[in-house]
Amino acid sequence: MNIIDEKVQALLEMLSLTSDNEADCGDCLQHLAEFAETTLAGKSIPESLRHIDEHLQRCGECREEFQALKFALGEHVTGE
Amino acid sequence: MNQCLQENWVFRLTTEGDAQAEALFELEDLLKRRLRRAFRSNAKVDDAFVDDVVQDSIVAILESITQFQGRSKFTTWATTIAIRIAITEMRRMRWKDTSLEQLLERSTEISKTIAVPQSSEIDFEKKQLVETMHRVIDEQLTEKQKLVLNAELQGMPQEEIGRRLGSNRNAIYKLVHDARKRLKKGMIDAGYTIDDLSFFQGAE
Repeated sequence: MNIIDEKVQALLEMLSLTSDNEADCGDCLQHLAEFAETTLAGKSIPESLRHIDEHLQRCGECREEFQALKFALGEHVTGE
Repeated sequence: MNQCLQENWVFRLTTEGDAQAEALFELEDLLKRRLRRAFRSNAKVDDAFVDDVVQDSIVAILESITQFQGRSKFTTWATTIAIRIAITEMRRMRWKDTSLEQLLERSTEISKTIAVPQSSEIDFEKKQLVETMHRVIDEQLTEKQKLVLNAELQGMPQEEIGRRLGSNRNAIYKLVHDARKRLKKGMIDAGYTIDDLSFFQGAE
């Protein structure tokens, strides 16, 4: 495996965010609605959702979906 | 959150009759509006794409409706499913002509391998770090882990890696997670600390 310099940076970032017990993308999907409503309401993230916050820092795919979800919900999350 | 309202969605969608048809119509309409809003800056997302995604989403939502636990609004939960289906399809279309072999071969052709000048102490230390990473990867990771980690570093989504390996996104995430843990442990065993890794992450 041949690692180039910018990939080393990406790999180091991955390693610094790695922990033994991580939520996977399935866990994230299951809790993402609650997480989105919490953050869009400006509330602090409760302990029960901390693992989702950490997963979103690690997983670019789930992060992209979370961003799209926030756009989709806009400011109407409390109204519909 | 109004629990009755959320339970009402579930009840209406799972009880055959006029109320179900009405609820399906309302949900379709809501998902279409939200998907258009989410992807309004994406020129490839047209009405046909949104219609297809909403139909697939309705099927997925009804199949997994028993998993809705009422911790959010029903409509927010349903939207997360529609968003994932939409983005999964976008990724599939974007990567449909790229095989794993092509991806890794191309990256070798266009990329420079590590060539760290040794004119300063930081460069020497960085070179040592990279050499240690190479060694740990070679010694600690399985061939499949090397392949998947390399493909992810080249930008291919885990969903698409999984599709090519006859696997799925969760399984690929677990594979990469195990690879990261092995690599991290190997680096720590070689004398590096988490602070070291963070330091080099920011070092140019």
